[in-house]
Amino acid sequence: MPAASFFMMATSMSMTSRLTTALRKGWARVRGRPSRPGREMRGDVHIVPRDSIAANALAAVVAIMTFLAAVTSGGVAIVIGSANEWQSEVSREMTIQVRPIPGRDIEAEIGKAQALARAAPGVVEVRAYSRQESDRLLEPWLGSGLTLDDLPVPRMIAVRVARGVAVDTAALRQSLTQGVAGASLDDHRSGINRMRGMARAAIAGGLGVFGLVLAATVLSVTFATRGAMASNRPIVEVLHFVGAKEAYIASQFQRHFLGLGLRGGALGGIAAMLCLMLAGRVSGLFTGPSGDAEVAAALGRFSIGLMGYAVVAAEVALIAGITALTSRQVVVHTLRNIE
Amino acid sequence: MIQFENVGLRYGLGPEILRDLSFHIAPRSFQFLSGPSGAGKSSLLRLLFLTLKPTRGLITLFDHDTASLSADSLAVLRRRIGVVFQDFRLLDHLTTFDNVALPLRVLGREEDSYYEEVTELLNWVGLGEHTWSLPPVLSGGEKQRAAIARAVIARPQLLLADEPTGNVDPQLAQRLLRLFIELNKSGTSVVIATHDIALMDQYDARRLVLHDGYIHVYD
Repeated sequence: MPAASFFMMATSMSMTSRLTTALRKGWARVRGRPSRPGREMRGDVHIVPRDSIAANALAAVVAIMTFLAAVTSGGVAIVIGSANEWQSEVSREMTIQVRPIPGRDIEAEIGKAQALARAAPGVVEVRAYSRQESDRLLEPWLGSGLTLDDLPVPRMIAVRVARGVAVDTAALRQSLTQGVAGASLDDHRSGINRMRGMARAAIAGGLGVFGLVLAATVLSVTFATRGAMASNRPIVEVLHFVGAKEAYIASQFQRHFLGLGLRGGALGGIAAMLCLMLAGRVSGLFTGPSGDAEVAAALGRFSIGLMGYAVVAAEVALIAGITALTSRQVVVHTLRNIE
Repeated sequence: MIQFENVGLRYGLGPEILRDLSFHIAPRSFQFLSGPSGAGKSSLLRLLFLTLKPTRGLITLFDHDTASLSADSLAVLRRRIGVVFQDFRLLDHLTTFDNVALPLRVLGREEDSYYEEVTELLNWVGLGEHTWSLPPVLSGGEKQRAAIARAVIARPQLLLADEPTGNVDPQLAQRLLRLFIELNKSGTSVVIATHDIALMDQYDARRLVLHDGYIHVYD
């Protein structure tokens, strides 16, 4: 019935009975009702609008901040992984040095030193450097083409220890000193200690930077959510006025903002993962297959590993959770203000 | 149904703007709430609608002392009251149908269970053609009728209207008044806050007049 005709009729007859009848009609009457567009045709029927400018802006902020936090955490994971690798790789190496003693056969002494090293529990590999190899080690300092036969150049034996096994270096050192003339053992203890200190500093620095970035992310996402919620105040008020309970209103916004946070967070997190993967590939191209092992030994592998990806996923969940909880907090605060 | 006893209201440390209000609103009654601008009509409506708490006195709504109710209990009580705001307060991203159905949705009802009720009511207020329109394309009068439909869809026992004719021409104001009279005849108590003397003169009803913070009741 058109509006004008309704009001004309209202002046001439009582509408009481019509209203009562209309309100009492229920499910049974389905014939002749106006066609109902489906939800997909009617567009947004969510109480909280899905694609407002504020919502999209918040999703963008969440995506950017998640990207930065994820790249930071990925970088820190690489630093931590590399630092751990330096420590374990260097601590697995020991060197036996055999000095030439006049009147003693150095090759025989080297053989005895190799036998003693192989007999030590935990040693997996022993390799003696040949005379030529020892000479080549001096080339960077003395130059090439020199005859070093008359010089008392010590010979080196590289000893490799099994991963995770502590070799009794004191016992090995004693047996070498007693059994091999001119032999000494260097377990790189001072170097390892310096390396360990450096690695710890790198890890602490990385974690500190990660903490700062995470704090900045939490703060910026919190304030962006508050900003997005400001435009939704009329919705909170109307829901309050039509008798919605606090939990109902809060859940409407919490669900919406959780979705927004997950959407933005997933976008930023996936972009960060792709960047880290791409960086790994690019670093592989520069080093090449042969140099890769050396670079990996020196700097660690450019990969955040499963743990790194788990941290990125946790960041996405954390940031989405923050948006949801902040929206809930704003709803509760708004309702307190209304009352 | 509603009882005010020595109710006073002040905002913060300011002066008391409502003083010693004592009156009652009976079931199925019709009354105008009037007074000059700034007399406190909107504040009194907010007290009636439980979005303000009095600084003193006792308000009893549907046999409940409102001071002792929790926030959730107040929300449940608020469902028995419909409010028509001067500025309509329709949600622009929802269709007329979804705006009117909001109080039922809040109750947890599915669309299929209230579809008939809402479309019938929209037809009744003359908005059948605008069932699926968004509020921005409605005229002022149509928005006002949509707001009224939203206020009555859950069949409230009390209807509060704040300056419902403030934004419409005299002819439409007269039509809206008839609509409120019809709603009252269907059993709903009605309180219309207005300073439109001409509107009040069109219907012989009880008048609550606010002046200098005090209320004067003319039965």
